[in-house]
Amino acid sequence: MLTKDRKIRQAGVIFMQKAEKIQDLREFAAEIRVETLKTIGSLGFGHVGGSMSIADAMAVLYGGIMRIDPKNPRWEGRDWCVLSKGHAGPCAYATLALKGFYDLELTRTLNRPNTNFPSHTDRTKTPDVDLTTGSLGQGISSAAGAALGHKLSGRDNRVFVFIGDGEADEGQVWEAAQFAAHYKLDNLICLVDDNKNQLDGPVDEIMSHGKGLGAKFDAFGWRVIELADGNDVEAVYDALQEACIVKGQPTAIILNTVKGKGAVFAEGTGAHSSQPSAEQWEEAIAAAEAELAAIRAAKRGAGE
Amino acid sequence: MSITLIGKHEKDKRACRDAYVQAMAELMEKDQTVVHVDTDLKSCINTKKLDKYGRCINAGIAEANAMGVAAGLTAAGKKTWIHSFGCFASRRAFDQAFMSAAYAKLGVKVLGSDPGVCAAYNGGTHMPFEDCALYLSVPDAIVIDPADYAMVYDLTKKLTAVEERLSYMRLIRKGVVQVYADGSEFEIGKGVTLKESDHDAAAVIASGIMVDEALKAYEKLLEDGITVRVIDMFTWKPADEELIVKAAKETGAVVTAENHNCTCGLGSVVARVLSEQYPVPVEMTGVHDQFGQVGAQDFLQEAYKLTAEEIIRNVKKVIERK
Repeated sequence: MLTKDRKIRQAGVIFMQKAEKIQDLREFAAEIRVETLKTIGSLGFGHVGGSMSIADAMAVLYGGIMRIDPKNPRWEGRDWCVLSKGHAGPCAYATLALKGFYDLELTRTLNRPNTNFPSHTDRTKTPDVDLTTGSLGQGISSAAGAALGHKLSGRDNRVFVFIGDGEADEGQVWEAAQFAAHYKLDNLICLVDDNKNQLDGPVDEIMSHGKGLGAKFDAFGWRVIELADGNDVEAVYDALQEACIVKGQPTAIILNTVKGKGAVFAEGTGAHSSQPSAEQWEEAIAAAEAELAAIRAAKRGAGE
Repeated sequence: MSITLIGKHEKDKRACRDAYVQAMAELMEKDQTVVHVDTDLKSCINTKKLDKYGRCINAGIAEANAMGVAAGLTAAGKKTWIHSFGCFASRRAFDQAFMSAAYAKLGVKVLGSDPGVCAAYNGGTHMPFEDCALYLSVPDAIVIDPADYAMVYDLTKKLTAVEERLSYMRLIRKGVVQVYADGSEFEIGKGVTLKESDHDAAAVIASGIMVDEALKAYEKLLEDGITVRVIDMFTWKPADEELIVKAAKETGAVVTAENHNCTCGLGSVVARVLSEQYPVPVEMTGVHDQFGQVGAQDFLQEAYKLTAEEIIRNVKKVIERK
């Protein structure tokens, strides 16, 4: 009986620990949203839609999954994160700054002359940006190359790569998919930001994906995890935990996300880039800060 | 640089591709970070011989992905070569070579086989007269058009050691005239002066298969009492600007010779250098803005005038323009 009690108590502790972890990750995601908006807002225009849709997944990766060392961005044992959809750079910059890779204020130089924070992620400029992306479809190939490189070196680094659903129009994505499956790159995990919109409009109207992106990755020999809500931190956390123990094949996690999630002027519009008025920026940042405050208040409430 | 000129116009019994494979085998034996990526063309350049090292990756018929993979391998600490036919190693994977590799300062080494008319029976679809033009346009890239076995062997090793800069080297697959003795060593950015006197009437600046044609032209011109300087400018980028300008100053006229479209190749590189630094008359031997076609290499060299005779005509023409 004593043993059973202990097990129940242990399970309860684990449950509580996970609940706390998820609360922390929700808070981190809200922080990333605030700072992503402030980063792009400092210039007044940019790729808000695709930056905000992946904030939750970035929070989970950098807050709960990846092995990183902010004091040593090029640490050999680190896990890699590649934004094949390179235009989500501002979300990465906010995330990395919040993790302590560099000062948050530096991200406010976004796209200014001589900045280390360009629209699209650049390995030669920003600490802990592992590969250069921007020409869509390319990041997943170089991520696969890096994953293979780690395996050839006998290292266990994992490579997480984000692609967009619009980006999946590129044939190169599927060349990379076949390569990764052929070489059994189980250290490669692809997060598909399935936000249903590309630059010219809804993906279903511009260039549809047949039986769906999950079915495509499945056909290419990947393990596929489909999440009905790709902005649900707990679901993303569970999916990534699962993906990290898959052996013998790469994993694709299909994140059904909302483009522009958490940016009041962009959410629901499907906009690829945005240039709202100063008032709209203030309103959006205030709303994101209110969301963050509410999460923090809920956390305090739960802690009492 | 320490070279020994053979220059007897005799074909090497060895296939030129084996120079690359031999150099790579020696590198892979010693250095665990040396990697070769191929695109279902291992059998064409004998890189299956490298399979035993476990770092000779076949990426299938998917050049764009293969180039990205090469960039990723390089980012993960590998010294990475990638091979395809020159047309595909350039045109088919150029955006990837440009952005994922060169712009990202990842020193991927691209090997483009069957340059120009060497594509012979594969024909116009496979005949790159523009491969070097694409890579010349990449900032800080290295572009090499080697002449023979000894040069390919030496430069494979030298390029493998280059970090951060993208390299493109052409590779003749099969037999090629032996210009240099084995053991010759070359320097990237330094051309090789093969014939020189204090009374040269013009300078012939050539590379690749045209080096031997230039040496043949030298001998025939000598019979006519005309002495020319012959330079092997295998290093198109960085070009040896000092040597080009010196040749122009000392001879007063330049003829270029290349197995490539000369409107965007060695001819235009030399013309740019001279127009900026020491303008002299220039005549270009090469493909003049034409597509490739099918046929034996001898036929194609005649068809596109990639011959000693054409170099001689151009030398006589350029001397008149002095």
